[in-house]
Formats: sequence, C-alpha cells, structure tokens
Amino acid sequence: MPADQNIRSGAEHLLPPALRGRALTGDTVTIPPRPGASAGSAGSAGRPGRSPAAQAVLLLLATGALAASTVAAVRVGTADVGWSGLARVLGAHLGLDVEPLPPLLDSLIWDLRLPRVLMAALVGASLAVCGVVLQAVTRNALADPYLLGVSSGASAGAVTVVVLGVGASTLGVTGGALAGALLSFGLLLALLRRTGLDSARIVLTGVVVGQLFTALTSLVLMASADADTTRAVTHWLLGSIAPARWDTVAVCAIVTPLGLVAAWLCSHALDGLAFGADTAASLGIGVRHTRMLLLVVTAVLTAVAVASVGAIGFVGLIVPHGVRFLVGPLHRVLLPYAALAGAVFLVWTDALARVAFAPREVPVGVITALLGVPLFLLVLRRRGEL
Amino acid sequence: MRITAEDLSWSVAGTPVVRGVGVDIAPGETVALLGPNGSGKSSLLRCLAGLRTPDAGTVRYDGESVRDWSARRIARHVAFVDQNTGADSDLRVADVVGLGRIPFRDRWRGPDATDRAVVAAALEHLGLTALAERPWKALSGGERQRAHIARALAQRPYGLLLDEPTNHLDVGHQLHLMELLAGTDQTVLVALHDLSLAARYCDRLLLLHHGRLIASGPPAAVLTAERLAEVFEVDAELTTDALGHPQVVYRGPLGAPVPAAPPAPRPAL
Repeated sequence: MPADQNIRSGAEHLLPPALRGRALTGDTVTIPPRPGASAGSAGSAGRPGRSPAAQAVLLLLATGALAASTVAAVRVGTADVGWSGLARVLGAHLGLDVEPLPPLLDSLIWDLRLPRVLMAALVGASLAVCGVVLQAVTRNALADPYLLGVSSGASAGAVTVVVLGVGASTLGVTGGALAGALLSFGLLLALLRRTGLDSARIVLTGVVVGQLFTALTSLVLMASADADTTRAVTHWLLGSIAPARWDTVAVCAIVTPLGLVAAWLCSHALDGLAFGADTAASLGIGVRHTRMLLLVVTAVLTAVAVASVGAIGFVGLIVPHGVRFLVGPLHRVLLPYAALAGAVFLVWTDALARVAFAPREVPVGVITALLGVPLFLLVLRRRGEL
Repeated sequence: MRITAEDLSWSVAGTPVVRGVGVDIAPGETVALLGPNGSGKSSLLRCLAGLRTPDAGTVRYDGESVRDWSARRIARHVAFVDQNTGADSDLRVADVVGLGRIPFRDRWRGPDATDRAVVAAALEHLGLTALAERPWKALSGGERQRAHIARALAQRPYGLLLDEPTNHLDVGHQLHLMELLAGTDQTVLVALHDLSLAARYCDRLLLLHHGRLIASGPPAAVLTAERLAEVFEVDAELTTDALGHPQVVYRGPLGAPVPAAPPAPRPAL
C-alpha cells in the first residue's frame, strides 16, 4: 500500500458531503461496522455470519472426514483385513515392531488397495479443483476439466501405445497418455497464442482440439484394434483407479498439491473474473497472465490425473457446483472445500466400484455418473434452477 | 488526482478508434464524456483506466505516466465501472462490493476489518445495505449498477471512470447517482448519453466525434445546436431549465420534416 493511501485510511470520501469536512480536519475517520453486523456478514469470506474461527473448525472437520474416509475405504474390497490387520500392514511398512500379515494379504492391502485409495483422493481433489477453476475462467457453468481437450489427447496417446504398440516398452500406457495430453495442450496453446485468451475462445478451441484427438482415437481403434484390446481400452477410457500403483501415486502426490496451491493463490483473480476481463483488470488483476497460469495448472493436473487413471467423468462438473452451493462462490473458501469434497467423493465411489458388482469391477467413471446425475439434479432443484 | 492524456491514439485491428485525444481533468472535477455510439467514448475511458495500452500518447495521473504501472498500482488509484453488468454469478452483493478490496490485499489473505468497514460504508452510501446478503442473480439491473458503483467506491479511488453508469437506472436513481458523482472529492470522468443530465451535473463536458475530441468546456459552451446537429445528427434546441441549467430539447432527427405544432419534448437518447 503506498503511503498516500494511508493518509486516506478512513475512507472519508465515501461519507456524505456534510460529514466530509470533519474527516479532513480530524486525523482519520474509521467507519464502525454496522450495528448488529457479525464479523463475516459485511465482508466476503464464506457464508454470512460465519466467523473465521468457525470456518477454521469447519475446514478441519472436512479434512478429518477425508482422512477417515481414506482409512475406512482401504478396508472396502473383496478381501477385508479388519482394523487390526490394517494397523499391522501400515505398522509393518512404516518400520514399526508389529507382526506382519501373510505376504499375499499384505501385498493386497499395501501394493494394491492403499495406493488405489490415495490415488482416488488425489485425482478427486485435482478434478474438482480443475472444474472450479475452468468454470470461473471460462465463465461457463458447464465447464469441466476435460473441456481443454486434454483427456482426448491422453486417450489418443494411450490408444497409440496399447493398440499400435508405439513406445509400449519405453512409455507404457501412462507415459503414452501423458505424452498425448501434453501434445494436445501444446496444440491448444499454439491455437490460442495470439488471442486475448477470452472465455469463448478458450471453450471453442478446447472443443476443437478435443474433437481432433477423439477422432484420432476412434480411427486407431477402428483400424487396428481387435475386440479384446477395444474392451481394455474402453475400460481405460471410462476411467478406473484399479491400475494405481505407488509410482503413479507418487507423481500425483507431488503434482496435485502444487497445483492446488497455485490455483488457491489465484482465488481473488478467479472471483474478479466473474464480471469479465475489463472489470477484473480494473481490480488490478493481470488477466492474461492469470488465465494462462490457470490454464497450464489445470492442464497439468488433468493430464497427470487422466494419464494415471483415465478420464473419470462428472467429478469435475458436479463437485464444484455442489460445493459452491454449500460454501458459496468465493474461491478462497470454495477451492479447499472442492478439493476435499472431490477427494471424499472419488474415494467412496471407487470403493463402491470395487464391491458393487463383485467380483466384477465396474469402471469408477460409470459410478460417478450414476451417482452424480441425481446429486446434480438435486443441487439444481434446491437452487431453483430446475 | 489530476488525470491527463496527451495526443492519445488507440486502434483495434488497424481501425483507429481514438485519434489524438488530449484531456486534462483537474482534481475533484466531474467531467462528462459525450458522443454518439462508436465515437470512442468507451475506448478512451479504457485507455485512461489503464485497461488498454494506447498506440501513441501518454496517460498521466498527477503528472506521472502510468504506462509502466502495474495493473494493481493503477487499481489503487482509479476505479472503473463497465457498462455491462451481466454475470451469471452466485456472488452476494456484499461479495461483489468486496471485490473492490482485491487491489489492497495479498493473494493469500482474506478480507480484514478495514475491508469489511469499507464495504459496509460503500453499501450504505449506495443504499444497498438491506440487499447485502442478496444473491447477484436476484438483483434488478439498476441494483446491479449501483452495486458496481459501490464496488468502485470500495476501491477508495482518487479517480472514478464510469462507462454509461445511468443506463439501467430509473430517473430517481439517475439523479441520485449524478448527485453522488458531482459531490465526491474524486476526479470523475463519466460517459453519458443523456446530454441534459450531463449539463446539469458536470463541471465540464468533453465531446467526442469519430474518435476525436471536438469540444471541451462548460456545458453551455459545448452544447450548441450546430454541434448537436453535426455530431448527433439531431435537430435540437438549447434552453435553460427552471433551475438555470442548460437543457436540450430535441425537435427530431436531422432531416425530418419540422412539425407545425410546438414539438413535445422527447426523452433524451
């Protein structure tokens, strides 16, 4: 704040002319809060009447809910080891002096179930936050993380590896998907290069890029794949967290928190964008830089998520709307809750995908859509938009 | 704060929109920016608000060129109110007004007590206190416009630049807003379509035509029948209202047959 602002620390120029003289002769005028106004009501954090302390408690509770969900969800599956068994698995791998479980069970929990649950939490958080960010950047309520065409790029990359065998030994499916995702995002940026990154342009260009890579995916599948490969690829395209292992979890565990923090630091800008680029810029927001930064952040988060577990639909669309309905649209508050809610939602839907049709496994993307549609309709109804 | 511009030019896709305009607005002055549609009012305002970088010329706040200023630094000096108030937003009115505090906040911080007090005062000043918790979607066009002006005041600017702020307002709110703008200490430049409203409340008028500043001065000097015919292509008569302010009475568009009977005053365009 420049020194000259401090001289006007009272906001005396907001006063009616009759009072203004007094403001100029006195030192400063401080405007008391309206009588009866609670701390949060005139400000802009969270829902009306919620104090900062209450907000902190709420956020802590939500974080606790995620932690509890994660632990509980590790027990859900074809084999259950009970709480003590779970404690023994964790203890043994953390180097504590406990008796390990039989190797097969231990491996099931530690090598398959645990990374899977953690991956669900990380991907859920990623997708929900990307949804929030893209809905604000494009000012479009229908925006979701796959709007940028990144998922189509990932699909094309994965199919190229699985079906055509290009780079199968070096890249693997995950690497191929990541390469495809980054390639499509590169194309998107090249097409947006000379534009002002305005909302409509981003949406249209994203759709075009997505269509191109979807067509490439279909072409490869139709031209070269046999029935079994097509089935495997379809399973992947719908999104499944089953293949999650510690190495992919590690990548997500590094990328996701960084992305979330970067997005959160743009909260004010995301709020300001609600009234268009000029109003945002007049509030001191570097609109083009911010949009570019946010596009890169969402693209990287989405690319890593899709490469790890496929294109899980609907999380990035409904969780933002649901959470906005609950905690309000200010991004400083909305983003952390969206991350937590997305994580919890995907942890439980993935648990459901494991057991609902056991021993057969349903792609979690199917479950998210099945659960998401009624939830979404419920939110729309409560908001009086349906 | 004095807002000046020298020889300002700005073009879009090769078409010049603002052509060599010079303005000098004294501290505390309330100035109206007039001109027909497409005359460059909005573009000039945006150049002065630092939202567009002029192709040529310099914008100065208190004599200092703002060309190299950050958007944030500019936002701490001038506030801008756009004419488009549309947004499909879930924000509450208090949240929207709170946006005006963004330039004063670190990116990791939430609103503090000062922010809340300033927002409450701005809401109060625009008569929006009762609507503070109202969602944006539930507001009328006029209420939205007032909320945007409250948001601009929450920036505690030295200069206020407004693009047709009276557009969605009923006559009572129009007069109220103009009283407010004329009464503030801030340097105000407001683009208006209503010539009589401008003449009544503004110290000085700037008249733009095809991107050029063709007249500048006190209302009575700028608004002449010949100029209005040339710039707006209207057949108008300048009178003085009961309060002694210049008033524009329109006989009709230029070239229309002059009615025989004394013409009924038409609403301002």
